[in-house]
Amino acid sequence: MFKRIAFTVNGKAYNFEVDVRESLLDVLRSHLGFTGAKQGCGVGECGACSVLIDGVPYDTCIYLAVWADGKDIKTIEGVAEKNGELSDVQKAFVEEGAVQCGFCTPGLVLTTTALKESGKDYTREELKRELSGHLCRCTGYQSILKAAEKSLEGHVCTCVDSPHYKGK
Amino acid sequence: MYDIKGYYDAETVSEATALLADNPNMKLIAGGTDVLIKMHGGQLEDAELLSLRKIKSLESISVAEDGTIVIGAMATFSMIFHNPMLKDLIPILTEAAISMGGPQIRNIATIGGNVCNGATSADSASSLFALNAHLKLQDKNGERVVPIREFYLGPGKVALNPGEILTEILIAPEDYKGFGGQYIKFAMREAMDIATLGVAVVCKVQSGNFDEVRIGLGVAGPTPLRCLEAEEYAKGKKITSETLAEIGKLAVKSAKARTSWRASKEYREHLVEELTQRALKIAVVNAGGAEVV
Repeated sequence: MFKRIAFTVNGKAYNFEVDVRESLLDVLRSHLGFTGAKQGCGVGECGACSVLIDGVPYDTCIYLAVWADGKDIKTIEGVAEKNGELSDVQKAFVEEGAVQCGFCTPGLVLTTTALKESGKDYTREELKRELSGHLCRCTGYQSILKAAEKSLEGHVCTCVDSPHYKGK
Repeated sequence: MYDIKGYYDAETVSEATALLADNPNMKLIAGGTDVLIKMHGGQLEDAELLSLRKIKSLESISVAEDGTIVIGAMATFSMIFHNPMLKDLIPILTEAAISMGGPQIRNIATIGGNVCNGATSADSASSLFALNAHLKLQDKNGERVVPIREFYLGPGKVALNPGEILTEILIAPEDYKGFGGQYIKFAMREAMDIATLGVAVVCKVQSGNFDEVRIGLGVAGPTPLRCLEAEEYAKGKKITSETLAEIGKLAVKSAKARTSWRASKEYREHLVEELTQRALKIAVVNAGGAEVV
């Protein structure tokens, strides 16, 4: 069974028939060549397949392709500037050495990008929570957290009695 | 690729109930974080999916004129956590919502799906039990409302009749107004983990005595459950550490914990006794009572 859907990836419009059995990850990787989204666990636990859909991170391995109808999708291929210059988030990941094998990196950069674009303030604990849907088996997370903090410079709240901690 | 034979999108609840009435074998899909995982694991084959994702009316969260909190079944865990009104009125549900999975899962998983999946470990369940939630179920011919305690029948089994869809979760004003509560999820990790035990309590306090207590437990039995004996005992008792200790002991009597690879029966019972007391201590303060030392 096929369904026609229309959506954009990194600003480019697509309109074609997808097999209803396919995940968005299948479509992004196999049909459109956006292999920056990785197939990891396949069950929504590791976050390697995460992309931004209307600015919000989702695991695409458990997101049916038909659900992408009308959506605006951003993959890691669409994060850098048009001239090839890395985004601030990407630069922070490079500078902090937050990349080892690189399998989790696209997802983490995208989620961090979403946090940055939200314009909100985050405590360190909240940042950890927001990044908790991405498994990294190399780094021990410290350098990733540093990179996220660097990306969000000016929006990281460090006071202990911050209202963030009380969830207000 | 997923083992999907057919896929249909309903735009409205009445379209969904009509489709479901004509095709009782259709499997409802909301966020997909349980349904697609089951397909991935081969537990669900040749599925004809009826998606509720386009029914935007089911995402709304509101308070009715009479004070009843109405949560649409398609509200995601992120929507619930970020809803300031829920955070203010029933924080034990928003805390349960943020404890579930990780951000990407919370962005798509729905509370209706969580309930209808019928798992004792559903992170929303202990809070919904403690809040005495009611569920609005709709089919082609009309709707009915059932208390959540009567909805969970067994592991993965719920009281949805063929053709029925869960549309709303209702919490009546008399069940949350004037109560203080606390939710504790006990798990090995801070994120992306299934609860070893979920404890949600609410209480009403009057001049140093318990006026009313409700205790909801997840993973303490084959379904989420309430600790009725402990609740009955607490009524009118002076709030002391002795009372709390007795409540903890009685809560274990309601539990039907079993040994699984996550934890032994004995360990779970220990958690029930201890965490019920810890949650109640905080709930008492949240209800305006004095701290129990």
